[in-house]
Amino acid sequence: MSTIALETVRRPARTATYAPIPLSRIVAVELRKSFDTRTGFWLVTGIGIASVLATVGVVLFAAPAQLTFSTFTLAIGFPLAVILPMIAILSVTGEWSQRTGLTTFTLVPHRGRVVLAKAFVAVSLAMVSMLGAFVVGALGNVVGARVAGVPAVWNLDVVTLFDIVLANVLVVLFGFMLGVLIRGSAGAIVAYFVYAFLMPTVTDLLAANQQWFHDLQPWVDPAIAQHELFHGALTVEQWSQLGLTSLIWLVVPLLVGLRVLLRSEVK
Amino acid sequence: MITIDRVTKSYGGFTAVDDVSFTAEPGRVTGFLGPNGAGKSTTMRVLVGLTAATSGRAEVCGRAFRDLPNPGREVGVLLDASAQHAGRTGREILTVAQRTMGLPEHRVEEMLSRVGLTPTEAGRRVRDYSLGMRQRLGIATALLGDPAVLILDEPANGLDPAGIRWMRDLLRGYADAGATVLLSSHLLHEIEVVADDLVVIGSGRIVAQGTKADLLRSAGTLVRTPDRGALAAALTAAGIGHAPVAGIGGADALRVEADPAYVGRVAHRADVTLVELRAAETAGLEEMFLELTAHDQREGEAA
Repeated sequence: MSTIALETVRRPARTATYAPIPLSRIVAVELRKSFDTRTGFWLVTGIGIASVLATVGVVLFAAPAQLTFSTFTLAIGFPLAVILPMIAILSVTGEWSQRTGLTTFTLVPHRGRVVLAKAFVAVSLAMVSMLGAFVVGALGNVVGARVAGVPAVWNLDVVTLFDIVLANVLVVLFGFMLGVLIRGSAGAIVAYFVYAFLMPTVTDLLAANQQWFHDLQPWVDPAIAQHELFHGALTVEQWSQLGLTSLIWLVVPLLVGLRVLLRSEVK
Repeated sequence: MITIDRVTKSYGGFTAVDDVSFTAEPGRVTGFLGPNGAGKSTTMRVLVGLTAATSGRAEVCGRAFRDLPNPGREVGVLLDASAQHAGRTGREILTVAQRTMGLPEHRVEEMLSRVGLTPTEAGRRVRDYSLGMRQRLGIATALLGDPAVLILDEPANGLDPAGIRWMRDLLRGYADAGATVLLSSHLLHEIEVVADDLVVIGSGRIVAQGTKADLLRSAGTLVRTPDRGALAAALTAAGIGHAPVAGIGGADALRVEADPAYVGRVAHRADVTLVELRAAETAGLEEMFLELTAHDQREGEAA
């Protein structure tokens, strides 16, 4: 069969030009996408529920001496540090596992802008949730002290509050990085739990038994410096350790993941 | 206007799309036809930038897809109606697209009624949708930005006969209004009734392309006779090419490279009884399609 050339019938094409999609619009859409599924809705709602439950738990069960702002904030912060990275992970992996990327990346072909918007939403959610947690914690602190008949103890300064927010942002970015690197919901979530709950046990055991690792650990184990952040006021050395471990475990894998993500095939 | 210029996509040693070139013109429906796995979807993904081509260029509206400032306003794309978050409602999926494109909110309801999804259906989650409903939702997403170019991969999949008819009329209407419509299918009949131009692909290579009229003309005449041997001899004597047709069943059919009137005259002179005589539209193109793609598929397996 010979190949017959298409007959060329040219008709006037519409020549309207459209304004480029601003990043702010992509951010707003990605924020909406974090809430508009049942999973997303319950994860975000779960943050509120977990905060209130944690506060009630502290009021009911903590000894009067433990009724401090710091106790409340840590109690609320713990469930947040589990839920927030899940939201970050799913916001990225859903585009692949639910295959919504086919639509997302044809409406916005510059994938980097979509990923940037997702990162922005994840970090903002983390910051807003933590500020909310401080408010709920403060209320709990006032109510708890009133119930126990002791004066409320405000033992967190602004620097520590800032450090706690930063610690949560790092935790969320870590989940985000795993989402970008692995691009599968189950894999990324498992990887996150291995990192967050299994690795510290293993590294602590190793450090307890091997002197060389004990000395090295603060410089290579991201959990150490991040843990310190939750308690505020880092030394210069601790800041450097935080910077180095974040570079190794967060920035480098994120860059590798981004490079692959931007070129990979969306199916 | 869509231009695919010498696009090749290889995965390791496997070439999914091999040096494919064609154009889809404004005001015409271009059918992209080929069996499953022939490279249709890969070509379309390359076109919209979801897959990077190994070599070659693909352009929409004279630009690479990623250089379009707001692609949804210029190009409506439906690659896979099932590729949606199962937990979102149909209306929510349209709303996300509407916001991304920066369109007014009323477009969502307009499109829902345009594709025949009721408000109740639109409020249900996509996991409860039939394939036909997903297909309608996908088409609504593609049409949302009122684009001048449509790229649809197997849009009739899962639609009932009335839905297929509706889709055909819709695409025809778009093309008649000056839009460029590229749609793929592995079903010849589906494409044949709506397309103006055809591009046939098999094992990653283009095996035929042209206007439907040209391709049909080359298909000739279909004739059935109880005495095939005598007719074949008469046709050979008259210097007309012919071949038995296996694809449509019965050992009494011939495809003849001449128009029906001429074949009738030859049969009359040779005193051969005919039981059917007509332009070999579907049969001819189907034969060609089967022939070309089967040949290519065998090659593919041998390689």
